[in-house]
Amino acid sequence: MDNVIEVHNLVKKYNGFTAVAGINFQVRRGECFGILGPNGAGKSSTVKMIYCFSPVTAGEITVLGMDVLSRPREIKARMGVVAQENNLDPDLTALQNLVSYAGFYRISSAEARERALELLGVFGLEEWSNHKVDDLSGGMKRKLTIARGLINRPEVLILDEPTTGLDPQARHVVWQQLNSLRERGVTLLLTTHYLDEAQHLCDRLIIMHRGTIVEEGAPGKLVERHIGAEVVEVVKGAGAATEIVASSKDFIKGHLVVGDNLYLYPLDGRELVRLLGQLGVGRLYLRPATLEDVFLKLTGRGLVEE
Amino acid sequence: MIQPFLPDVSELVCQVFKRNFTVFRRTWMVSMSFNFVEPLLYLAAMGVGLGSYVRPMEGLPYLNFIAPGLTVTSAMFAAAYECTYGSFIRMEFQKIYNAIIATPASADDVVLGDMLWGGFKSLLYGTVILLVILALGLVRSPWALLTPPVFLLAGITFAAMSMVWVGLVPSIDSFNYFFSLVVTPLFLLSGVFFPVDDLAPAMRAAAWLSPLYHSVRVARGMINGSVGTYILADILWLAVLALLLVPLALYLMRRLLIK
Repeated sequence: MDNVIEVHNLVKKYNGFTAVAGINFQVRRGECFGILGPNGAGKSSTVKMIYCFSPVTAGEITVLGMDVLSRPREIKARMGVVAQENNLDPDLTALQNLVSYAGFYRISSAEARERALELLGVFGLEEWSNHKVDDLSGGMKRKLTIARGLINRPEVLILDEPTTGLDPQARHVVWQQLNSLRERGVTLLLTTHYLDEAQHLCDRLIIMHRGTIVEEGAPGKLVERHIGAEVVEVVKGAGAATEIVASSKDFIKGHLVVGDNLYLYPLDGRELVRLLGQLGVGRLYLRPATLEDVFLKLTGRGLVEE
Repeated sequence: MIQPFLPDVSELVCQVFKRNFTVFRRTWMVSMSFNFVEPLLYLAAMGVGLGSYVRPMEGLPYLNFIAPGLTVTSAMFAAAYECTYGSFIRMEFQKIYNAIIATPASADDVVLGDMLWGGFKSLLYGTVILLVILALGLVRSPWALLTPPVFLLAGITFAAMSMVWVGLVPSIDSFNYFFSLVVTPLFLLSGVFFPVDDLAPAMRAAAWLSPLYHSVRVARGMINGSVGTYILADILWLAVLALLLVPLALYLMRRLLIK
């Protein structure tokens, strides 16, 4: 069996509000799969149904070949979850957090202690094992939460916005850990609203917007397909957009106006910049295209706002 | 989404209990020492102070009359605090319930574990007061040895009652009302301080429904050595209440947790 997670026509409604509006995707064994989207896109609702927390309104999810509604305990036994909220146990030490959690996976105390110490070592937290969780920094808490999600040696690890609220340094440490987990063959499913995170970590991803999937594929291919290699960003170019687009139409594949800014997708970036310079267009940047451009193009707005 | 009424429970309930016990092992000195001050104050003020003006009740000196009730009262307050403030903080602020539900444990495992923990705290706090009144010479019968299981059973009933409240009004501010509208009236009107026969008929009927009333009767009978078959009826009533309230609490909490 190649797919670890299969989602068919999945719908989630809360009191009439549709959070997820009939989506389909598969996560393959060993890959890092991302769900990208702004807040409120339905990312968390989707993963909560996958980790058997939230009941499915309609459609079907199978994880490791089992239906989430009929066999949640068996699925959860082979899965790790790193939730969005910090839900470490503040009344326990770092070590006790792991050992206590292992109990819920029916792991014996001796084995639990052994695994816990090993994981604390892997995540560089061994010096903190006897400290209460509140003594740990934000980045260390996140690492401990990921360590806790690995206590049952899961086949698939689900991470809901794993680096939200972390400083850049801590984010990179988390990324390294996730990359090494993938190298060890753990299937990863993560949600994020950080495009650089998705680009850095994910083999494949879906972009969600208002409960639906607007695009899916490998990050690099998505950028190539929708944007190309580069983007020229004209700051405050929205007012003159019609003229600029008209005069550069032979040099661009497409354009987009978002707020005050004009985004041009050039055939050749330098040539376009030279042309715009001759036209006397003010502040502009030539930069590599990213997933953010894809997202802007597909949804007509930025990822972090709203 | 309509929740199924039948609970989904496994042995992982014990792990929830164990988690609470691990925390308690670090803090028991602090939490226990505060808890038996209050019953001692009642014994001093009501039993000794007021008691010197009061005629014997049900053939007992007033101090002996109220002492058994205070053991059960202590048990009730322990479970009520644990399964309102304690459980709510674990669920809402610490998000511990959510973390545990992501493991093979179910929501019912977590809530039942917390209620059994409330029952255990009743057992503990009731027994501490029992030892205190034993030291004060207020235990008259070896039947008293059988009261701790009663504390446990009554404690589970009180825990479920508290959890039902949390399930219905999940807000930390509402717990004041639980204590002033439910717990305190039970405390004052369940025959701890005077026989319920002295109450108006409607109040007497209400007292009869109170789990505390039945627990007090059992404890008083055992501690003063006046046991009879009525004790079995009281225990049966407590068990029936527990069997009704525990699934109801599980249902209401599941509705709250699983969305």
